[in-house]
Amino acid sequence: MTADSYEDIAVGKGDPIPALEVKPQELYHAHSFWTKWIFCQDAKVIGIQYSITAIAIGLVALVLSWLMRLQLAFPELVPFLGAAEYYQFVTMHGMIMVIYLLTALFLGGFGNFLIPLMVGARDMVFPYVNMVSYWVYLLAVIVLAASFFVPGGPTGAGWTLYPPQAITSGTPGGEGLGIILMLVSLSIFVVGFTMGGLNYVITILQARTRGMTLMRMPLTIWGIFTATVLALFAFPALIVSCIMMTLDNLLGTSFFMPAIVEFGEQSEYSGGSPILFQHLFWFFGHPEVYIVALPAFGIVSDLISVHARKNIFGYRMMVWAIVIIGALSFIVWAHHMYVAGMNPWFGFFFATTTLIIAVPTALKVYNWVITLWKGNIRLTIPMLFALGFIVTFVNGGITGLFLGNVIVDVPLSDTYFVVAHFHMVMGIAPVLVVFGAIYHWFPLVTGRFLHEGMGKFHFWVSFLGSYAIYFPMHYLGFVGVPRRYYEMYDSEFMAVSTNYLNQFITVMAIIVGFTQIIFLYNIITSAKFGKKAEKNPWKACSLEWRTPEVPPGHGNFGEDLPVVYRWAYDFNVPGAKEDYIPQDIGPSQVPEAKAEHT
Amino acid sequence: MLVALVLFLVIIGSIIFHFWTPWWWTEVASNWGNIDGTIILTFWVTGAVFVAVCLFMSYCVWRFEYKKDQKADYSPENPKLEWFLTILTTIGVCALLAPGLIVWNKYVSVPEDAVDIEVMGQQWFWNYRLPGPDGKLGLTDLRNISDENPFGMNLEDPNGLDDILIEADDLHIPINQSVKVNLRSIDVLHDFYVPQFRAKMDMVPGTVTYYWFTPTRTGDFEILCMEYCGTGHYSMKGRVLVDEQKDYEDWLSEQMNFKEYMASLNKSDLIQLALKKKESN
Repeated sequence: MTADSYEDIAVGKGDPIPALEVKPQELYHAHSFWTKWIFCQDAKVIGIQYSITAIAIGLVALVLSWLMRLQLAFPELVPFLGAAEYYQFVTMHGMIMVIYLLTALFLGGFGNFLIPLMVGARDMVFPYVNMVSYWVYLLAVIVLAASFFVPGGPTGAGWTLYPPQAITSGTPGGEGLGIILMLVSLSIFVVGFTMGGLNYVITILQARTRGMTLMRMPLTIWGIFTATVLALFAFPALIVSCIMMTLDNLLGTSFFMPAIVEFGEQSEYSGGSPILFQHLFWFFGHPEVYIVALPAFGIVSDLISVHARKNIFGYRMMVWAIVIIGALSFIVWAHHMYVAGMNPWFGFFFATTTLIIAVPTALKVYNWVITLWKGNIRLTIPMLFALGFIVTFVNGGITGLFLGNVIVDVPLSDTYFVVAHFHMVMGIAPVLVVFGAIYHWFPLVTGRFLHEGMGKFHFWVSFLGSYAIYFPMHYLGFVGVPRRYYEMYDSEFMAVSTNYLNQFITVMAIIVGFTQIIFLYNIITSAKFGKKAEKNPWKACSLEWRTPEVPPGHGNFGEDLPVVYRWAYDFNVPGAKEDYIPQDIGPSQVPEAKAEHT
Repeated sequence: MLVALVLFLVIIGSIIFHFWTPWWWTEVASNWGNIDGTIILTFWVTGAVFVAVCLFMSYCVWRFEYKKDQKADYSPENPKLEWFLTILTTIGVCALLAPGLIVWNKYVSVPEDAVDIEVMGQQWFWNYRLPGPDGKLGLTDLRNISDENPFGMNLEDPNGLDDILIEADDLHIPINQSVKVNLRSIDVLHDFYVPQFRAKMDMVPGTVTYYWFTPTRTGDFEILCMEYCGTGHYSMKGRVLVDEQKDYEDWLSEQMNFKEYMASLNKSDLIQLALKKKESN
């Protein structure tokens, strides 16, 4: 169905519902505890398994960040932490947070739970493959965690794993099992993700319920869908680089290894290209940023719309912005490599593409804040997190314009400016969305609310605390403080006061980290004892709230799948009695509602 | 009300911090002051967007907070407004990109009068090579590197004989003389960076990278390795001294060139071989 105007999207004229194209699928029915909760094929349970695993390994990465921050600010408190351990912790922190937490949580966690419910399907199209996907992911996490316990410890190559140092003796874990386990774990992760990712894409394309045109899908689904497509294209570059580096390491091939002299010893390598690895890594690595960001964009759009009681502004533009950002994200990768020694003429091309991507991104931001304009804004906890996201995302986004503009990047690259930028834009901002989303959908998952007081405390400390960590950190980068330095305070070009700022950042990081314990406590206790939520407590329009049972049972919907008549954003439609009209309510059921152009 | 106020204060606080921060860049000591200019420009353009968007958001939160009898507007699209914002943003982006690319063009175009020098990184210290009176750096090959030949000099290239070799010691350069820094690594990635010069580039084994700059004030500057290179990365530091011409020449006269270096190792027959080649050329 082509959407010529928003009316076609919002309210189809005269209830036109296309015929059912896909036969109802046969559901697998679990018979025992094991098949119901452990080796489960229900996407909702798989989503929760993904989420719990991702958050658990994420907590490890959180603790690692404390140790790093302590070393930078109060090294006397962590005398056991040598340079090798520091670099190992930096590496594991980065890799876990980006891949094993954020990617797995947004796509494996939210994707699994929400896709079938929001598009009106009973489950993913390949439930068995979906189950295997989780177990392969768990294996990847276990292999990664195992590297903490092997001789020599995990790799300390930095999360970018640049050769030659990643597999040479000057890097912790470079000669032992550390780097191999990392490469193997990443490869396993890609295999597991591909199984899940194909499922998400095909479910969205093939298993939508009747009336759910692509242009009526909630933006959450658009974000997850586009991110998954990106991942399916980008992860092959990662698995290829992992395999080639493993071969360089184990068999002595020279894909990425040039001839080198290592501590006076001539190597056997010759002719490989370290920069080739960087191109492959960032061909994966830059889309990876959007693999994390696009689901966050989608989810936050829905949070803002629902809690502001107003339709998302410029829905079609939001969809196209997601798609365009996704496409452009494949031609900007080398902006991570402006000073990496590639041909300097690349700088012109990649600076241009990178700054172009700022346009659709900025439009999304405008549309979020315009959605608030003349809304009826409920300052619920999901809404608070959405507001926090906007502040941190705009802040982290504009610093991207510094780093993306090739010449500005020259003095700032590899300083704390970069660390502050990427934490703000793909750490804090998406994590605030994750929190908002958990507060929003917790009643759907458990039938209960999370505790509001604890939630507010959690929001304010997390938002203000992390802003206080990363906003001033940019200024360390202006001074020129390099990242990935185990200690640095004998440099005279930095004022003594940079040390005070470092100490402040460390104290804030520990406070923010500890606040997450309250959040976890809230989740655990509220799941059992939280305030009971009525059905559709936020009065949202999308289908996941329209299931006959809450929490939704196996098969999600009742005897018949819902039929969709409108987009997911019909809030405060002029004339309508209620301030929202769910997607499965036909125009004839609300004859008084007249959605006119304003 | 309270939420809007806190959001408002976060924005105001950020502005105050920006203008009052004691943490700012070092005084520039090279011709790349216009890089600082591009950063300042970026600050004004992007800062205006940040403040405008966030203040608008705080205002909305304050003005349109939930009231029972309040009805939200129904306004799905507004093509005029959307086009206006698209064009405005595009103009802003061009205003940042165009000057940026002009300066980048300068950055990658080495002036003709620039003097070649070489910086060679290895775990975890710096070596330097100056071209000597002939103005040319001799050829090198990593495969030639040995205890006697730490730079991997090609013994058959006569241009290398007068090259000044500086191993793990301070580098001196004369003021107001453009230098093209040829960057070489023998083991892993490194990055030769002096905060006051602003310029940087990674050194990649297997290839030679470069950048250029002109030192504009004398002084003693710290060199940092800016690309992670293993456990000793944070300690890979060095010093570069920008001298007046005369001081520079005094220092230069005390340095050993490759020929003298080889002689000091008692490798006179190698030298003879190389000298013969030079004569026959």
